[in-house]
Amino acid sequence: MAKPEKLIENGIRLDGRKPDEIRPIKIKVGVLNRADGSCYFEFGGNKVIAAVYGPREVHPRHQQRSTSAVVRYRYNMASFSVEERKRPGPDRRSIEVSKVSREALEPVIFQEYFPRSAIDIFVEVLQADAGTRTAGINAASIALADAGIPMKSLVSACAVGKVDDTLVLDLNKDEDNYGQADMPIAMTPDGKITLLQMDGHLTRDEFKEGLEMAKKGCLEIAQLQRTALMEKYSSLIEGEANE
Amino acid sequence: MSNEIMSELRKDYIYNLMIKGEREDGRKFDEYREITIDTNVIEKAEGSARVKLGDTHVVVGVKIQTGTPFPDTPDKGVIITNLELIPLASPVFESGPPREDAIELARVVDRGIRESESIDLSKLCITPGEKVWMVFIDVHVLDDGGNIMDAASLGAIAALMTAKLPAQKFGVGEDTPVPMRDVPVAVTAVEIGGAIMLDPSLDEQSISGTKLTVISNQDGGLSGMQKSGVSPLTTEQINYIVDISIEKAKELREKFLEI
Repeated sequence: MAKPEKLIENGIRLDGRKPDEIRPIKIKVGVLNRADGSCYFEFGGNKVIAAVYGPREVHPRHQQRSTSAVVRYRYNMASFSVEERKRPGPDRRSIEVSKVSREALEPVIFQEYFPRSAIDIFVEVLQADAGTRTAGINAASIALADAGIPMKSLVSACAVGKVDDTLVLDLNKDEDNYGQADMPIAMTPDGKITLLQMDGHLTRDEFKEGLEMAKKGCLEIAQLQRTALMEKYSSLIEGEANE
Repeated sequence: MSNEIMSELRKDYIYNLMIKGEREDGRKFDEYREITIDTNVIEKAEGSARVKLGDTHVVVGVKIQTGTPFPDTPDKGVIITNLELIPLASPVFESGPPREDAIELARVVDRGIRESESIDLSKLCITPGEKVWMVFIDVHVLDDGGNIMDAASLGAIAALMTAKLPAQKFGVGEDTPVPMRDVPVAVTAVEIGGAIMLDPSLDEQSISGTKLTVISNQDGGLSGMQKSGVSPLTTEQINYIVDISIEKAKELREKFLEI
């Protein structure tokens, strides 16, 4: 698609959203049988699935830590997830995304409860539409909780960006491609920031305003994550009561 | 890089100094170590710089050659940034393909140069769709004394500012300087026990839970940011780091990167 003349018209974005509105989110908890915890997460056009295995034995053994669990995170994009086929396997971008995503989740995991073990998080992007790393973190956070990993809180992630000189929450693909800045953020519900990246052009004041905007988006997502988890487990409990 | 081994005593020492508002080398929290930048240190490279930031020592070489543009940007040149943490530079670096810390460093250095639009990529086009300049920025870390990020970024921009497009060598006209229009500077801060320190030494970096790199431009705007490390930061800490980084970047730019 060629660059649209305007990405925001009369305060409304091309996909009909207001600047501070996130895309629709759909969450399914516990979608995989073999994994200890899993989550399917749709964030606008993004479709990602996260699986958590562990705590389990560490292979290769030399990676194990004697006083805490190692957390490993693999972010992978399916070759069919994007317009032009992506060559399968890890590239430099996905290695960086994996690193920062892992660091976004590690602060909330009680790693010291599981010495000499591994907690493996696998995130597979089935369809990408800008914001895959945030969708992945949102999914992984739920999958960790679904796996019963002790956590201090959930982590929620959302990007803020600038298009047509206006700050907007949760960029879509066109806004990402033709926008002026992109800043993904992850945080805990009590406001601790665990992921912060930025590229593009922002002034100091825009940055500060954007950070507040992203926090608002993260809180909104946190609510949805919580509801999705509650739904799965409350329906389980009700099911048992009916038997 | 994260598995640097440090004694608990030393950690306590640095932590206790921090509480008193001091650092082990006597610097203020917002003070950089001594910086020296020498340019044109490698004659065979089209641009080069050697940066010493305290004990950290990096050499950046810029090689420029012609090549085919990417199909989606037929009228733009190409920048490729690479950084290697070679085993010569530290006992904890290993040979083999770059690992995530090296990839992250390279990508953040690249982000600063690319997103600030410091190089005018459209001026690197020779024949649209066929021939453009390809700029390879290679960072060689020779000695890891902490804060490789800032040393590598300073080196990359310093090397680019002295680099020439080797047009004569490729038979496409006269040699010209690389078309630069901004000077992005990366400033890295660490958080230790609630305190924020700029330009972390190796030990400070090892005990800190998190680093934040802020890349700012000549106009004081931001062109890139990266949080790295496992402990979280508060909004106040982040805003403070952004403010102080913009000022520090200005200082560094005026002192070392005058055009």
